[in-house]
Amino acid sequence: MEITRRALIKSSAIALLGLGAMPRFLVRTASAGTGSAGKKILIALFQRGAVDGLSMVVPHAEANYYAARPSIAIPGPQAGSAEAAVDLNGFFGLHPALKPLLPLWEARRLAIVHACGSPDTTRSHFDAQDYMESGTPGLKSTQDGWLNRALKARPDPSGTAFRAVAMGSALPRALRGEAPSLAISNIADFDIRAGSGTLNAKRGFEALYERGAQNLLRATGKETFEAVKMLKAADPARYQPASGAEYPRGRFGDGLRQIAQLIKADVGLEIAFAASGGWDTHAVQGNSQGQLANRLREFAEGLAALDRDLGDRMADVVVLTMSEFGRTVQENGNRGTDHGHATAMLVLGGSVKGGKVYGKWPGISRAQLFEGRDLEVTTDFRHLFGEVAVKHLGVPASALLFPGVTLAPSAFPGTL
Amino acid sequence: MARTWLRVTLASLGVLALAAWSGVTAAAPPPGVSASSPAAVQITLPASPLMEEQKILHVLNRLGYGPRPGDVERVEGMGLAAYLQQQLYPEAIPDRAVEQKLKNLTTLTMTSAELMREFPQPDPKLRQKIATGELSRAEMMEMFPPEKRPIRIIGELQSAKLIRAIESERQLEEVMVDFWFNHFNVFAGKGAVKWMLVSYERDAIRPHALGKFRDLVLATARHPAMLFYLDNWMSVKSDFPSRPGGKGPKGLNENYARELMELHTLGVDGGYTQKDVVEVARCFTGWTIDRPREGGGFVFRPPAHDNGEKVVLGHRIPAGGRKMDAEMVIDILVRHPSTAKFIATKLVRRFVADEPPPALVARVADTFTRTDGDIRAMLVTIITSPEFFAADTYRSKIKKPFELVASAVRAVGGTTSGSPALARAVAQIGEPLYASQPPTGYPDIAEAWVNTGALLNRMNFALGLTEGRSPGTRPDLGRFVAGADQRDPKALLDRLLAGLLHNQVTPDTRDVLLKQLSDPEILRATSDHRTLNPDVEKIAALVLGSPEFQRR
Repeated sequence: MEITRRALIKSSAIALLGLGAMPRFLVRTASAGTGSAGKKILIALFQRGAVDGLSMVVPHAEANYYAARPSIAIPGPQAGSAEAAVDLNGFFGLHPALKPLLPLWEARRLAIVHACGSPDTTRSHFDAQDYMESGTPGLKSTQDGWLNRALKARPDPSGTAFRAVAMGSALPRALRGEAPSLAISNIADFDIRAGSGTLNAKRGFEALYERGAQNLLRATGKETFEAVKMLKAADPARYQPASGAEYPRGRFGDGLRQIAQLIKADVGLEIAFAASGGWDTHAVQGNSQGQLANRLREFAEGLAALDRDLGDRMADVVVLTMSEFGRTVQENGNRGTDHGHATAMLVLGGSVKGGKVYGKWPGISRAQLFEGRDLEVTTDFRHLFGEVAVKHLGVPASALLFPGVTLAPSAFPGTL
Repeated sequence: MARTWLRVTLASLGVLALAAWSGVTAAAPPPGVSASSPAAVQITLPASPLMEEQKILHVLNRLGYGPRPGDVERVEGMGLAAYLQQQLYPEAIPDRAVEQKLKNLTTLTMTSAELMREFPQPDPKLRQKIATGELSRAEMMEMFPPEKRPIRIIGELQSAKLIRAIESERQLEEVMVDFWFNHFNVFAGKGAVKWMLVSYERDAIRPHALGKFRDLVLATARHPAMLFYLDNWMSVKSDFPSRPGGKGPKGLNENYARELMELHTLGVDGGYTQKDVVEVARCFTGWTIDRPREGGGFVFRPPAHDNGEKVVLGHRIPAGGRKMDAEMVIDILVRHPSTAKFIATKLVRRFVADEPPPALVARVADTFTRTDGDIRAMLVTIITSPEFFAADTYRSKIKKPFELVASAVRAVGGTTSGSPALARAVAQIGEPLYASQPPTGYPDIAEAWVNTGALLNRMNFALGLTEGRSPGTRPDLGRFVAGADQRDPKALLDRLLAGLLHNQVTPDTRDVLLKQLSDPEILRATSDHRTLNPDVEKIAALVLGSPEFQRR
């Protein structure tokens, strides 16, 4: 078998640093002058469970929408009404619970891609998430995820252990693969944890890996203790969000806050991943209030807090939201919606051409529906993800990010 | 003679002849094995540059989950060849203590149907009620405590896997069950698979772990867990009438057909085309699950089956073969030279090296072909090879997270209840059990497992284990230092290195550890409420978290 690319990158990095006499992050910081400011960062947020794109970004000018959803439709824009959709462009409106995102839309930093999704027709959460994360719809045995391939496409010998971080206890499918990625539940815990005498254990392990290991174990050991030191220097335990940003309580908000911490600590973050759940609204979905509204409120408050907290740093950040598929146009007998096809995805950031809904709207009259029931996909998610990867992260268009799909700018939706 | 006959029938591929194949088991015994019964097996070990103790350690680390205190001496006493012979026939090894322990895990003996009935998914409407505030979380927990939920099934499977790896005498069998489960991976997180996993491992994988490869392929192909995981259960002939409203199965699903060739038999470059994928999928139409919502078993549904003629890898499968079409496919695939090579490569990678020596792969593939895919015979070819006992094979593999955790608990003479804390540690180090999402299973090379977060968690696991912070799992460090002068750090270290690593350490490592011991901070007063010098725990953790212990 060939030596993997990763081992090569590692060994060349060590060679570059003269067997690493100097901690790598110091070298990088010294050469970059301003830490990792200027480095492009992608934050990928997965709404697991299939969010109802038609409630998130409401086609309020479509009479069919109201006909199909007698009890769960979001009323069209109405001045002074807290229950009504917030108009965006005379055709679409934001769910009222997404109001925290309105300033971002108005500042043209938030773009929406509607009727976006997978060319694969599965309505299985599992398969659809799997395909969206591997980036190969219909193909199960792809071993790595698209975000990992995005890392691999731009080998960075001076990259830190924090190039790719997923919030949570396990690495998501999207980040699995050859390029090293971290799963962290709580960044304050990223350290050697001994019941007593932590200092000794840490020193001991560090010396063991420095002197007693070879090759991969030695290089990774070194990288590990550098990473621990970097985080310690950033002092995550005493973090205060900037500009009075308030993250929503719960795992999703905690995840976003920690991503902001990592960005501001300049630890070399390039790709962050977090997931939120509770979108599988088969029954009692609610309309302007209720189950889905609560989930959307948390989602919007999280994004708004992140934007406020990061401030100027948002110039280098793109937040991309995704969900495995959308939901049926017609509400079901339990005042909910079932598994559908296309949904809406959001792109947020300083370099985003915001204030616009992208993608061709396929319409939702009966004849226009996919398989007679769902919103049709008019933007293949790979073109949207590809646009972000190429234009924002700088992944070469020639990279095999999505095997079988050419990353041609002409196919990109145009959000960046 | 029997082999010649098989080849002839393979060439003609008549349905009747194929039906007769499954009963044929005749094959010449592989080299190194003189007969198929344990009593008569003769293992001849090759010349090796390794010392006798190293050979024993090597076997305990590669064919099992590492030595427990006393294991090396035990194998030395009975002879390494005898130990290997014994491991090749696990059913003859008494394992009562583990069997007794597993009795507490009541889900292990239940059928999928029983598991579905006893541990149903909480009604989604209850979740809605929580969302609307009609029901509190506490009330929900009372109605559906974790021990009554499907999560219990996965929890007990993980416990059983840990208990067996750590305490079973049938070490090779456990390694092989892990190997084949991973080879024919299914994922607990996909829909109904969670209720089918117990039966999958127990009924489809374990009975054939050291048997015939074809039996494994057939058993997994028919098992509801695989039928569900790779969607074959809903694959129907392309002109199958769909139910009103667009519901129900919609034509051919190629997932299983593709992975059967790419991952289970031929390998990705094994010489099949997209056309073959479609043809194999056609052969498997109608192989489905009887009452999938009630945990039913395999059933063949003739109306869903495409009964036309198919051509798979150049072999004609005549029209009208019904259920036998797919069995013919399995025969064609299992007897394809790419399969012999692919399976040989994976086995050699597991037991010998990340980069499998080509000459050994060729010999193992040859054994596969000669013995009609006899797994035990392939293992004998591997463990009697010079490559297996070569100097640069010794301690060259990095332990997978599960191997690390099991071997660490074994090394410290520990016992476990298979508690969730251990399974959690395995997950944090990167290998959540029964939770590999893609059908590829977990990789078996160092690069996949050595990364920053995982390494940190390996060290933290070692600290947690030796300090007794892993509930349900008890280390026994006292045995190593009993009788030694507790105030003499060097004596303690020598005992621990001998006990935990059999002195297989570099001088640098010993040096570093000794320095740690003479550090004024670690030489603080020993607290009197503990019977064990806390330094012993810390040093043991450093040893188990050391680079040396990550290798097998």
